[in-house]
Amino acid sequence: MNLAQLPQQLLNGIFSGSIYALFALGYTLIFGVLDILNLAHAAIFMLGATVSWWLVSAQGWSLLLAFPVAVAIAGLLGIVLDRVAFLRLRQRGAPQLSALISSIAVSLIFVGLSRLLFKDDRKQFPDGTFPQVYFDIGSIRVRLLDVVILVVSLALMLGLTWLVQRTSLGRAIRAVAESPKAAALLGVNIERVIMQTFFIASALGGAAGILYGMSLNSIEPGMGSQVELKGLSIIILGGMGSIPGAMLAGFLIGMIEVLSVVFGGSQLKDAFVFVALFLVLLVRPQGIFGLKQGRAG
Amino acid sequence: MSEFYNANSFLISLVGINAIMALSIYITLSCAMLSLSNAASMAIGAYTAALLTQQLAWALWPAVVAGALMSGLVALVLGLPIMRLSGVFLAIATLGFGEVIRIAIVNIDALGGSEGFRLNSGDRTIEASGWEVYGVLLLIAYFFSRLKGSRMSLALQAIREDENAARTMGINVTFYKVAAYVTGAIVAGIAGALYAHLRSFISPGDFGFQRAVDVLVFAVVGGTLAWRGAIMGAVLMTLLPEAIRVVPIVGGFNIKDQPEIFSGVILLAVILFLPNGLLTVALSLNRIRRPARKVIGHKEASP
Amino acid sequence: MMSPVETQAIEATTSSKPLLAVQELTRAFGGLVAVRDVSFDVYPGEVYGLIGPNGAGKTTVINMLSGLLPPTGGTITFRGQRIDRMPAHRIAALGLSRTYQNIRLFGAMSVLQNVVVGQHARMRASLAERLVFSPRVRREEEAARRRALTLLEEAGLASLASQPASALAYGNQRRLELARALASGPHLLLLDEPAAGMNAAESQALGTRLRTLAEGGLSLLVVEHDVSLVMSLCDRIGVLNFGNLIAEGTPTEIARDPQVIEAYLGSDE
Repeated sequence: MNLAQLPQQLLNGIFSGSIYALFALGYTLIFGVLDILNLAHAAIFMLGATVSWWLVSAQGWSLLLAFPVAVAIAGLLGIVLDRVAFLRLRQRGAPQLSALISSIAVSLIFVGLSRLLFKDDRKQFPDGTFPQVYFDIGSIRVRLLDVVILVVSLALMLGLTWLVQRTSLGRAIRAVAESPKAAALLGVNIERVIMQTFFIASALGGAAGILYGMSLNSIEPGMGSQVELKGLSIIILGGMGSIPGAMLAGFLIGMIEVLSVVFGGSQLKDAFVFVALFLVLLVRPQGIFGLKQGRAG
Repeated sequence: MSEFYNANSFLISLVGINAIMALSIYITLSCAMLSLSNAASMAIGAYTAALLTQQLAWALWPAVVAGALMSGLVALVLGLPIMRLSGVFLAIATLGFGEVIRIAIVNIDALGGSEGFRLNSGDRTIEASGWEVYGVLLLIAYFFSRLKGSRMSLALQAIREDENAARTMGINVTFYKVAAYVTGAIVAGIAGALYAHLRSFISPGDFGFQRAVDVLVFAVVGGTLAWRGAIMGAVLMTLLPEAIRVVPIVGGFNIKDQPEIFSGVILLAVILFLPNGLLTVALSLNRIRRPARKVIGHKEASP
Repeated sequence: MMSPVETQAIEATTSSKPLLAVQELTRAFGGLVAVRDVSFDVYPGEVYGLIGPNGAGKTTVINMLSGLLPPTGGTITFRGQRIDRMPAHRIAALGLSRTYQNIRLFGAMSVLQNVVVGQHARMRASLAERLVFSPRVRREEEAARRRALTLLEEAGLASLASQPASALAYGNQRRLELARALASGPHLLLLDEPAAGMNAAESQALGTRLRTLAEGGLSLLVVEHDVSLVMSLCDRIGVLNFGNLIAEGTPTEIARDPQVIEAYLGSDE
């Protein structure tokens, strides 16, 4: 136990928490609107990172340009995912768990394709992709990179919140999440809202992947599995379908992680997160913002 | 014939192990529970049995039984509280359970940590072979076939269809779900114990999320309506990487190296077009009609 | 084991204790009180009707009686035992059976299997015996199948025994649900809108069937919207409105009660 590390680690917790929150938003958006758990989300996280790496290192683009393009591609992959995996199931009223299995299938395909097309190794952004600047504040070392990541994450989260609260698309999304039948009666084009939700959710997931890859400077086909379960823990903790829940819980999980490193050693950090997951599931499965258990219909 | 067996003995035994694992997840799926912790149960069975045969000089079968019971016990303790969760929540909880077990193994030095645990490195050798594996598989299959149409199997089907209606028929749903979960864990524990002595080497990576997904794929692809489906799925999908050796290399991309693409495509095709699995195709080719129904589903309770 | 008729005959002569005693039953969902202080009794051999406009709380009451929903207040006593905190499967084993407003058959199981599974609680062989497939278990399961066929014959469904339940026509599905609920040999049968979706002729046939069952000694609690069926079938009727029991009495008394008439004005029938 090394308390001297604490301030540094708390700061790290905020940085990583912001990425986790961004990632979890994708899960929660899709669960909120469609009541399905999309286990291909982590694969899109990975593909966003991988595509951005490829654009920078193989195509020589600057990260400033590669980032939005990769994010957009991730969003498009989300639409493809829906068309391929979920649309048909939706049309025949298949149960929730079928969609979950379908998402697992697409995840296998996405990860396999990534290994095939981009090779199975651990990739790094080329030197000079981002500036290696540090600030030292007292005993704490802050990378400029991390500050940029935090700013981008927060901006995206604020952007999403604005979109959901203030735009007509956001209203439509909330209506469909509440009750698709009622929304359809009100004239909402359900399929289009679903498509847009998948785009946004997957774009956020892809963005989270790029930021994660930048933060660790390590991108590999298996990176999705590192955050997948954390993402699930986050949406359970925050309440499935709740956007503020995902954001708050994302930072919380980031904090739990670093605190368990400080107090327990880094080997067990994942264990602490899962213990937290169990406790939430047993005591209050609907999470902090306890929204949905099942849909109104 | 024996030449073929010798050359492929591990693969043949692996098919058997995978069939047992597929049956373990089938048990829970048959009452509409998606449990992804059977890989962890397999790990518990494997490590328990390995420790017993290596450190305490136990014989194979007592060690297998002990491994299975240990796995069942852990499932009972961890599973009891999560049984009241349903659907997605249960799946996530079992995923979490699986990860906790994997992390625990990695962090216990006596089990070899992430390096793995090597068996049979001393002068004593306890090994399992295809005989033991298929013996167990046949025993389990026999058990299942005797259960058909029994009060227990009808109760499980009823729970799968509609939990609350089942309750009002006098079925103790919680008991059956816990029993199914623990039984699944015991079966997975047996598979794990045998697996450890098949390969003489186990590591936590053998029992992670990937394994859990593979087992789920076996059951779903084969078909979750009948236990034979699980076995069929395991056979098909275990032999798949061998079968795709004939696929050519296209444009510098060797798709054979990524068998998960094929698994994913097959799983996707099954879920989308043949939700009851390939067994229904096989059966209809035999002109036995079965009613179509949902893969995993039960109506939600209305207050 | 005594049949329901024998048990009830004994109960009827030894006491006039109610088979089902509901006292101040209450159910609140957050701030909304769906059922408030409802009290009534059902006596052995009686047909009791529970009517009221939509949303009056009838299904909530049935769900509480059958153990699917815990009450937030009050008590329920069945055959002398408190069942308000009892799990649903034990209530069923005690002899309280039910049907559902929107049919909840086990669709992929056969017609016969649905009725066999309804006998789940009656089959008494122990777990140990089941695990070794003892002959007693085999005999018991055979007996259950035979009994199920008999029940299907009585319901006129024997020819459909091997069909999946979901393939049945609506009217037959209703009959199957009833047969399944009867399979356990209950003392009290709760029927939640058994005549829903039926035309006049079908309701009449249902009424006759239920009358026959009641004459055989089975007690019935019928929640219904079809007032004419309830009037002709029931010995006594309770009227719910907005979660309160506003009137109770014989059909004639209820028909004349001004509060009841007012409650139904403006509601659909």
